[in-house]
Amino acid sequence: MTKHSMRGEKKMTIGETVSGGALTELSRWSNRVLEDRVHRTLYTDPAVFEEEIVKVFGGQSWVYLAHESQLPKPHSYLSVRMGQRPLLLTRDRNGALHGIFNRCSHRGATICRDEAGVAKSFQCPYHGWTFRNTGELVGAPWPEGYGMDFDKSQFGLRKVNRIETYRGFIFGTLSEDAPSVPDWLGPATTWLDYWIDRAPNGEVFVRSAAYRMGYRGNWKLAYDNAGDGYHPSFSHRSLLEMASRMGESKDMSYFGRTPDDGPMRSYSLGNGHSVIDQRPAHEGGFWINQRPQPGRERFEEEIRANYPERADELLDLAVGAQINLSIFPNLLIIGNQIQVIEPLAVNRTQLTWHATSVGGVPDEVNTVRMRTQEDFPAFGEPDDQANFEEVQRGLDVVEEEWVLMNRGLGTGWQTTTEDGVISTAVTDELHMRSYYAEWIKRMDGAQA
Amino acid sequence: MSTSPIPAQYADTSSFSYHVDRALYDRLDHYRDRFGEDWPTPEPATHTQATAFLVREARLIDEGRFNDWLDLFTDDCLYWVPVTSGGGEPRTEVSHAFDDRRRLTDRVYWLRTGLAYSQIPASRTVRIVGSTEILEDASGDTLVRSNFIINEFRAGVTKTYSGWYGHVLTRDGDGWKIRLKQVNLLDSEQYHENLTIVF
Repeated sequence: MTKHSMRGEKKMTIGETVSGGALTELSRWSNRVLEDRVHRTLYTDPAVFEEEIVKVFGGQSWVYLAHESQLPKPHSYLSVRMGQRPLLLTRDRNGALHGIFNRCSHRGATICRDEAGVAKSFQCPYHGWTFRNTGELVGAPWPEGYGMDFDKSQFGLRKVNRIETYRGFIFGTLSEDAPSVPDWLGPATTWLDYWIDRAPNGEVFVRSAAYRMGYRGNWKLAYDNAGDGYHPSFSHRSLLEMASRMGESKDMSYFGRTPDDGPMRSYSLGNGHSVIDQRPAHEGGFWINQRPQPGRERFEEEIRANYPERADELLDLAVGAQINLSIFPNLLIIGNQIQVIEPLAVNRTQLTWHATSVGGVPDEVNTVRMRTQEDFPAFGEPDDQANFEEVQRGLDVVEEEWVLMNRGLGTGWQTTTEDGVISTAVTDELHMRSYYAEWIKRMDGAQA
Repeated sequence: MSTSPIPAQYADTSSFSYHVDRALYDRLDHYRDRFGEDWPTPEPATHTQATAFLVREARLIDEGRFNDWLDLFTDDCLYWVPVTSGGGEPRTEVSHAFDDRRRLTDRVYWLRTGLAYSQIPASRTVRIVGSTEILEDASGDTLVRSNFIINEFRAGVTKTYSGWYGHVLTRDGDGWKIRLKQVNLLDSEQYHENLTIVF
């Protein structure tokens, strides 16, 4: 690597030099992540971003790629990104998954420009090199031009070293040495299991077109926020106000009542993963606490009439799971949505929201489930993303170097359980301190 | 195409949503198919009247007169911005907006709370509506198909949205009310920042 920045020894850029030179020495990553604060350059410096793409979204890391239901049959393919690397996830004829980079081994063009489909092979549109959906080069046009010793086996597409799944969730790593996905998820599997097993037979499907939201801010702002129980009372004031239009507070209003004294808890799960458990705040069940969706009254009446034994279960399946589960670095499970953080630039991020359906229920349950999943993306998330953008703007004050994550320190809130999980109050910024510890390991090239 | 009777306690559709039922989804299928057909040339008077209605609606939105805009809609209305342009399958897909009267009232209320940070500062918009086509539907409603270009300026950024509207208008005295407004963005399923304007 030619860039000195790749070793974390970057000199300050012109934009970050101030007269007097009083800014913090940043030669090591540990200079930028202290116990209670992180340096602004982790959100603003393009060199840091480039290195994150190599190490946090590559290197030794597992990265979330897609859900298996997005590849429903043999020879299905799906175009995704691993960091910024264009990647084709494919199933071969036996249904096994492969991650092949969408980058012709000849001159670099993407070989596939469609978002999803079914294909046994891909022909590069530029010069016609053809590859199997498992990556091997089938042939190059007029091979005599390459002489007698052209060895096709040397020119397959580069592949993701390992693709592993956990109950439908597909992860990839460039490392041969990274631990298995269940080991790396650790105690987070308990929460994923809860989320999956809400569905009858654990059947969860991604079959809706996704929201591809974007904001002009660093990708970590989304990760900071997903585990943050401090912001809802403020960032979501418009939603809380709207929800009380009809005189009764619904869903999330419980964040407004001194949330640290309430029944919700936040958990640091290790390896940068965390979860907020909002379930205890839903006294009486999830359904009755949900802001009303289009069709709610008719739907509830019909479900109670037609499925009296499992009516409460079916109604609850039409609303969210009431946890925010964050899997480092790029998977957020919020309500019934699978969110993927896709870094585009140091100050630009795509947040893709995949709505989910479940098996084993009458169709109308999934229809109302869609209507529920339209609520927060319209009236909640945009206000958060506006605040992310204003953080990014605020961080342009070069002399004010630090972003705080000290809430919860010195409070005695935290208790550690035997599996290493730390339980704490819901507004604790422990989730940030925990994932930044993992971030440092990734940036230093250490294994999970 | 009729909706089944609504019990009296659910009659206020700004508070209750009993009427969003299978028949409503079936109507959306019907309208989607009709919007996709080639239509005959309309009567000039109807064409002029419908175009004027759309222009007035556009002006209310661009001037931020959202309560007046809300008054243009019927009690059983739907303001719909599907993620799959053209409509897709709303029974199994999410939409940017699938607003019955209650959620549309919520949306206007939300915009007017003064607390929606995604709209502080508020968006300025200006739009052109054109290429209007009219079809008298067998149901008695009037279908209007039009193209739009919307420019938005907010927080230092100017953006352009384009696409086509499908309006289903129903007679209301001498005028019309909107029973369905379907907004089909050219790039609805692609990357969007702060998609909080009214289309």
